[in-house]
Order: sequence, then structure tokens, then C-alpha cells
Amino acid sequence: MRSFYRACLLYPNFAKIFDAMVYLTRVEHFNAAHKLFNPAWSRQKNEDVFGKCANENWHGHNYELYVTIKGQPDPETGFVLDVKKLSGIIKEQVLEKLDHLNLNVDVDFMQGKMCSTENLAIGIWEQLEQVLPEDVQLHCVKLYETPRIFVEYYGK
Amino acid sequence: MYMNKRVAVFRKEHFNAAHRLYNRQWDDATNFRVFGKCSNPHYHGHNYELEVRVTGEPQADTGFVMDMKVLSDLIQQYVIEHFDHKNLNLDIPEFKDINPTAENIAVVIYNLLRPHVSEKQELRIRLYETPRNFVEYPA
Repeated sequence: MRSFYRACLLYPNFAKIFDAMVYLTRVEHFNAAHKLFNPAWSRQKNEDVFGKCANENWHGHNYELYVTIKGQPDPETGFVLDVKKLSGIIKEQVLEKLDHLNLNVDVDFMQGKMCSTENLAIGIWEQLEQVLPEDVQLHCVKLYETPRIFVEYYGK
Repeated sequence: MYMNKRVAVFRKEHFNAAHRLYNRQWDDATNFRVFGKCSNPHYHGHNYELEVRVTGEPQADTGFVMDMKVLSDLIQQYVIEHFDHKNLNLDIPEFKDINPTAENIAVVIYNLLRPHVSEKQELRIRLYETPRNFVEYPA
């Protein structure tokens, strides 16, 4: 590994020649309220389909978010992306819009959508994809709603 | 036989709930200054992790401090069914006039369970609001 990095320093295109694709993941968390409720359905049907998740006065979760990007390590820094920069993007694009808020009421990018974990993962993907630098790709948004329930979204 | 030996037994459960921290005697600005984003008007929520500890001597006939199935059913009946997927501020009568902080939730859970656990046994509640924030009562 050391010789690989030495070669990268001596020959800046070395890493690109070998096309080393690396996945980088940043873990974040936020706490939010939501409910699962389809306004096109009757209250009874919502309760039949969503059970206690349809509770009119909301409930909430500690969400754990794993954002994975992929790219080639920069020969000069060794980074796919400075993880501090990735953290700042997630904070600005996602956490500030979700943390300690109500997903159904307060979040612009969830308006008109069902606030399931699936749809939230897709929404988070769309928030991140539009601002990530062009030389990295968003690979996966993994979102835990509870320690035992999570979804993964790969962008298609 | 291990009588006269005090042993603690634990049961873990969890519930998900919405809440906000808000003192009705204060204006919104004061609430925001003290409670920050926890006072946001449309609530937020948590996956609460609950640990109930019962301490006593194993009974001579069963070897149990307390039958864990009985403890599990008690927590289910008096705590989980009461709190799970609810709004602590709006749906739980105990928080009508009390701020639903982790501290106060632990005291309320203790008070709900205490009448159903033998007086010979010590009861203690540990409540995780997040993986990094938790409280214990009695302290």
C-alpha cells in the first residue's frame, strides 16, 4: 500500500491508471417526528394499512444515516473526498432540513410525499446528488428508522 | 440455593414517540433559548430504549428474582401500549402539565410500574432517549 501511494506522489496519474474505485461512507443521525397517513384515504383505511404509525398526533424516531460515495483517491491528498467536506454537505443539505423537525410538516422536499423511510431515503439522495462535486458519485443512502429497520437506495 | 443474595434482573424494551420541550409559562423566544431545536413547534421524535431493573433475592421455590415474562407483560401493558407511536405532549395525560424530558419520562414510567412490582424488590428505570443520552431513576 505504501508503494502504491509513493507511486501516486511520484506519478500523479498512477491511481487513475489503476482505476482504483473506493467507497467512502459518512454516518450521521437526526431525530424527527412523522406519521404515515395518506390524505386520499379515510382515517379507517389509514389505520388498517399503517396501524399505530398513522397516529394523528405523530410519533418519532432516531434516524441513523449512512451516506456512501464512490470515486478515485486523489493522488495528491489520497482522499476520495475530504470527509469534512462531505460532512458539511450532509449537514447543510440534509440535517439542517430534518433534525428535530416534523417530516410531514416542516420539510420542503417531502411535501406531497408519504413520509416512509423509503421515500425519505430517495429524498435525501436527491438533496445530496445535486451538490456533490462532479468527480465523485453518490453510491448509496442507507437509512435506519430504528435499530432493526433500515432501507438502502442506490439511485435507481 | 442462593437466598439472601441480592441479584438485579433487567428487561429491555423500546418505544417510538414524538415530543417537544416547551414550558408554557415562557414565551417562544425563552423556550428556544433554553431548549433550542427541541422546542420546535411541530415536534420531533426518538426511538426510546428502556431498561427496567428489578433487584431482590431469588425466591426459594423458583430461583427467580421476578419472572421475566411477568415483568415483560407489565412493561408492555403499562408502558409500551401507553407510549408507543404516541405524542408524549398530546396523547399522554401524565405530561399534560409536565415537560416530557427524558428525566420526567423515567419518573412517570417508574410510577406506572411501581404498584405492580413487589415492595420487597427495588425498581430502577434507565431510559435512553438517543444512543448517547440516557437517564436513571431513582438516582
